[in-house]
Amino acid sequence: MQRKYSPLFILSLALFSITARAQETIYPVAKQQGITAITHATVHIGNGTVLNDATVLFENGKITNLGVGLAAPAGATVVDASGKQVYPGLILPSTNLGLVEVGAGVRGTNDYREIGENNANIRALVSYNTDSKIINNLRANGVLLAHVAPSGELIEGQSSVVQLDAWNFEDAAYKADNGQYISLPSFILRARGGRGGMARPTEDNPLKGAMDRVEKIKTFFTEAKAYLTEKNHVANNLRFEAVRGLFSGKQKLFVRANEVKQMLVAIDLGKTFGFKVVIVGGSEAFQIANILADNNIPVIISNQHALPSTEDDDVDQPYKLPAQLSKAGVLFALNDENDKAKHMNISFNAGTAAAYGLSREEALTALTLNTAKILGIDDKTGSIEIGKDANIIISNGDILDMRGNAVTNAFIQGRAISLDNKQKQLNERYKAKYKIK
Amino acid sequence: MKRIFLLITLLSAGVITKAQESFPINGVRDIRSGLYAFTNATILQNEKTKLENATLIIKQGKIIAVGVGIAIPNDAVVVDCSKKFIYPSFVDAFTDYGIAPNNRPAGGFNYGAPAQFTSNKEGAYNWNQAVKAELNAADVFSNDEASAKALRANGFGAVFTHIKDGIARGTGAVVSLGDESDNISLLKTKAAAVYSFSKGTSTQSYPSSLMGSIALLRQTYLDAKWYQTKPAGEGTNLSLEAFNSNQNMPQIFAADDKWSTLRADRIGDEFGVQYIIRGGDNGYQRIDEMAKTKASYILGVDFPTAMDVEDPNDARFVSLADMKHWELAATNLAAYEKANIPFSITSSEMKDAKSFLINIKKAIAFGLTETKALEALTKTPATQLGVYDQVGSIEVGKWANFFISTEPVFASNAKIIENWVQGKKYEVNVDEWNNHSGKYKLTINNTGVNTEYIIEVKKDLTTSVIGVDTLTAKLAIAENIVKLSFPTKKGKGAEQIRLGGAVIGTGWSGIGTDATGNKTTWTAVLTAPVVVTADAKKADEVVKPLAKVTFPFTGFGNEVIPTQETILIKNATIWTNEKEGVLQNSDVLIKGGKIAKVGKGLNDATATVVDGTGKHISAGIIDEHSHIGALSINEGAQSVTSEVRIGDNMNPEDINIYRQLSGGVTSSHILHGSANTIGGQTQLMKLRWGATDEGIKFAGADPFIKFALGENVKRTTSSNNNRFPDTRMGVEEVLNDAFDRAVEYQAAMKANPNTRRDLELETLVEIMNKKRFITCHSYVQTEITYAMRIGEKYGFPFNTFTHILEGYKVADKMKAHGANVSTFSDWYMYKAEVQDAIAYNASIMHKVGLNVCINSDDAEMARRLNQEAAKVVKYGGVSEEDALKMVTLNPAKALHIENKVGSIKAGKDADIVLWSDNPLSIYAVAEKTIVDGVVYFDRTKDAAARKTITAERARLIQKMLGDKKNGAPMRPATPSLQTILTCGDHTHEDEMVTIYENSKD
Repeated sequence: MQRKYSPLFILSLALFSITARAQETIYPVAKQQGITAITHATVHIGNGTVLNDATVLFENGKITNLGVGLAAPAGATVVDASGKQVYPGLILPSTNLGLVEVGAGVRGTNDYREIGENNANIRALVSYNTDSKIINNLRANGVLLAHVAPSGELIEGQSSVVQLDAWNFEDAAYKADNGQYISLPSFILRARGGRGGMARPTEDNPLKGAMDRVEKIKTFFTEAKAYLTEKNHVANNLRFEAVRGLFSGKQKLFVRANEVKQMLVAIDLGKTFGFKVVIVGGSEAFQIANILADNNIPVIISNQHALPSTEDDDVDQPYKLPAQLSKAGVLFALNDENDKAKHMNISFNAGTAAAYGLSREEALTALTLNTAKILGIDDKTGSIEIGKDANIIISNGDILDMRGNAVTNAFIQGRAISLDNKQKQLNERYKAKYKIK
Repeated sequence: MKRIFLLITLLSAGVITKAQESFPINGVRDIRSGLYAFTNATILQNEKTKLENATLIIKQGKIIAVGVGIAIPNDAVVVDCSKKFIYPSFVDAFTDYGIAPNNRPAGGFNYGAPAQFTSNKEGAYNWNQAVKAELNAADVFSNDEASAKALRANGFGAVFTHIKDGIARGTGAVVSLGDESDNISLLKTKAAAVYSFSKGTSTQSYPSSLMGSIALLRQTYLDAKWYQTKPAGEGTNLSLEAFNSNQNMPQIFAADDKWSTLRADRIGDEFGVQYIIRGGDNGYQRIDEMAKTKASYILGVDFPTAMDVEDPNDARFVSLADMKHWELAATNLAAYEKANIPFSITSSEMKDAKSFLINIKKAIAFGLTETKALEALTKTPATQLGVYDQVGSIEVGKWANFFISTEPVFASNAKIIENWVQGKKYEVNVDEWNNHSGKYKLTINNTGVNTEYIIEVKKDLTTSVIGVDTLTAKLAIAENIVKLSFPTKKGKGAEQIRLGGAVIGTGWSGIGTDATGNKTTWTAVLTAPVVVTADAKKADEVVKPLAKVTFPFTGFGNEVIPTQETILIKNATIWTNEKEGVLQNSDVLIKGGKIAKVGKGLNDATATVVDGTGKHISAGIIDEHSHIGALSINEGAQSVTSEVRIGDNMNPEDINIYRQLSGGVTSSHILHGSANTIGGQTQLMKLRWGATDEGIKFAGADPFIKFALGENVKRTTSSNNNRFPDTRMGVEEVLNDAFDRAVEYQAAMKANPNTRRDLELETLVEIMNKKRFITCHSYVQTEITYAMRIGEKYGFPFNTFTHILEGYKVADKMKAHGANVSTFSDWYMYKAEVQDAIAYNASIMHKVGLNVCINSDDAEMARRLNQEAAKVVKYGGVSEEDALKMVTLNPAKALHIENKVGSIKAGKDADIVLWSDNPLSIYAVAEKTIVDGVVYFDRTKDAAARKTITAERARLIQKMLGDKKNGAPMRPATPSLQTILTCGDHTHEDEMVTIYENSKD
């Protein structure tokens, strides 16, 4: 006999329906017990392949088998996914999740930007708040992992990948301190106080200031390199120590860059210091797509749902950017940096990319396997493949389209996580008030 | 006129100063008549009358005779002007000449600083210090020789000057450009009153927006009129007194571009004033509208400089519109002339005054006639200012303001030699009197030994020494001082001969030094004239083709504004929003701007047939909450600003209009921002791409106003707010107090029609009388509830609550009140008051029975409102039909326009969208967006437009590069920044050259 659901799962369902609901009763699930089998599923592997009526098995948090016509072993917890779509868990590729809670006007809830222009040593992970009220909404929309990064003026600090079902940041750490973030100055001549097209340039040479800042970054890395070649120091330098991983290849350099010149500087930094560089932003990447491809520079496209950069641009330029990069062979991931809906629409960004030239499976890959590759976690996740963590979501329909997107189950490292959240609870509360079915 | 000029000689400079009888003289009087006769000249008396070989006689600063063959008084100083041209000195109708800059206190409005609610000008003046009608330029005018010299070099003899500061700038004066006493220079004291939309140096917070400036000016007209009734309790208001007395003179409005011109003209129409408009350099882009104002204009010639677009990275951010304007700006004056619009030309506000005459010549090359140019520099400005009896032509009795030119003044190589102002000579290019061209015999005496050379001098002083080798010499002649140097032979080892001297008669003479240091003397004697060949330098050549004017003047504009078509879309899935529901395989016929028929198997012989197989048709999307297409959104300086109107500052050329058409939007409700409790009047707009700022308005719709509650109006993000209210308790009392005042105002108006008309209160009265409706920015349940109670207390509904993210908590109360709601699909947590926002909000409110709209409040998201509606299905399980209504029919209902738009029904406006797919799908794109039966967006045409933009950009970039190669002046490539205005709730900064003006302060 096969059990449909684990007792714990049933118990938690019962608890939610009986007790007064509060977000505080949504808590992380314990380690996976036994075998879970997702059956009769349309499985989107994440690498472009789709299996119909397939079974996915996972045990001890790892995917142990998958295939068409595979039977669920005896004793397995079976999740019947007939008519449903199964995807790898989505990954938010670059975010301030857990660092920023309430946006404007409540400074006390924001811990994402430190004072000073060089904060190489600060670590996002230590301030990542697993009890953020935003996390549960993202899980409900299929986001299971997030790459959390600080912001800053120049050298921003270290990022980490976290999984979104954890008691504390140490539990959450999925790949700790995997990146260093920097942001580059703008190379565009800007008028001050431009208004209604009446702008006039006031600075003769905007490049000077920008190049000075680039020089500061280069100087820092040059000195760090020298420092790190010697073991013994009279005084320890936390900033230099913090970039050791960049030189050893354990960390990647995430460069916030949208302009062509910024991206070229980023490529140069990579070549000069032997860093693995990732562009974060990339709205103008279509102009140098082949250069990015030739230099193996991946791009995290920050926001699909953006206005074109100039009034003469094609009205759909940001929408078709992924297709342009794909055509040129650039490795890219899609992001949702919109801080009004708090990254909940990442799959619809991919949907837009699919509406404007990308295939749907390519668009999905840009939310999963590509992201995992860029973050350096593709050995563990990003696709539904044997040996990888069972980070899996199930949706009623096409997750890229509002018409299909409805996540019914989600597993992080094999654990069937709760998809409840404060929004759903408030919905229930007021449905009760108005006696809505 | 019998004024006697007392002339005294000051020291050895020989400066003659005119003085007045009343002024005491130190020393011995020296009366001179100033009688001069200019003979043998070609005299342009005015733009039409040209006298050849004529004489001009002036005396005591005035013209006493002009004509051919007239007698010359014996005591006249005769100036031979053969081969020279005499023109009336130009008149500039818009300067601030002679107004000391220290009259302009530093400072301006600072959003970060606490608000300044009252004027800090001491004295019995207006409440708002941007109204400076009491200022008179004549009171503070003083000659400024440095500026005068620059103006005279451009041919000017008299100018209008005013204090360029404020919305009502007081009066300006006409002054001459002499360096005599200020008394003599001041020709007319209160020549014209000047107005603008800029509050200038006023540090007072109000107005902080263009629409606020407009409201302030309108209210000032009303206040001034009311002040004439000597209202008790008002005391003395010197500003309003002056404002009233300033009405009896020409009224000049400083507007900086085509739309500002129309705004100014509308204010004029409202208060019975025909302004003379200081127009922008882009009137040619809407020349028909410029003509319709019936205004006389003052126009500049400050054409944009070419940009250095060599680096494609820089070129990328320069808009096609800016590049086209660079090419076409010089056609502006010709366009006005062709449209028969009177105008004068001003030299003020130029980057480089030296390019003034060059640019006039350029304008002539681009089609302006020389006659018109001369008229626009003489008669027209003089007439505009009411001083044509004094200046502007060469006629007996007028001031002796004229200049002498080497050639017709608009000829490419013409030079002004002297400019005479009030009978006094001012040298400009005095060396041009002398034509030094010719062959000379040069004799150098070196310690008794003479060496002779033949030198040839051209008119431009290029000089060569003719001999075995023809050597190039350097010659400079200035103020009769001659410098000449040349090598003794070609090639290396040549010695340099250097000579210095003076002009003596027709020759030159002086001393020099040879290569070994020996002193020499030298003499050059004119032996023969040089045959003057035609000037090789051609007039400005206009390289054609030129860019086309499009509507709007942006890359995606159309050369011809599209018109209504008869269109039959067949075999589509039609989301009617009517009881018929969704029709499969059906047709829609559009005719005369309306939906003519909906059904199966429709036919119309005149229609363009579109195959809709596999496609969907919906009503056009209506965005209940938007901030596109306007130049300012927030007038946040006060808590109640119901007097301001978004409709006063429309920007119909905003590219976001086109972008949103591409997302199926056909109507947008442009709201005031959320900076204050009672904000401004809103403007409903139809997205008629290419229409004027008036033509884009949705005609015949009920007027609305924006209210706002909560964090933004209490300035939560400001650390030093001093504006009431600072709490939600205070916000409620702002509403209470405002409507108390409105009740009393209405009663007072009824009792006494002479009550001061108050634009703020009369708007509130409209609300109370249900002639105007509220859309109220609101988030949390407390404020939503108390707002409704205030409305009920004063007898009006809160028509719509917008944002309303906690609406689900009080849906029943809003239902009872009768409110509509307009919300975001899934925004939350971007500030404290939206922590309880949920994506289920719309569905709960819908299920409680409210009329629910999904809005954008975001220029980007507005392009995907169909998808935002789809999220209500995802989160709340609302039916797809009901969800689509949330962005079409429901906003139409909330805006009281459901009888015109919002569904596919015969008789309604043909505002429809043809979608490639189910409109709630993320894969759906709008293929055609139709407004009033006009196809404003078509994906095929859009593809063609992209190609045109690419080609046109390439052409203009090449042209600018050509200019650079030819050494034309350049400026750095200047990004054409896009300004996106937001409500005050949010900004997002994904776009590189976009400035998000979050003007919530």
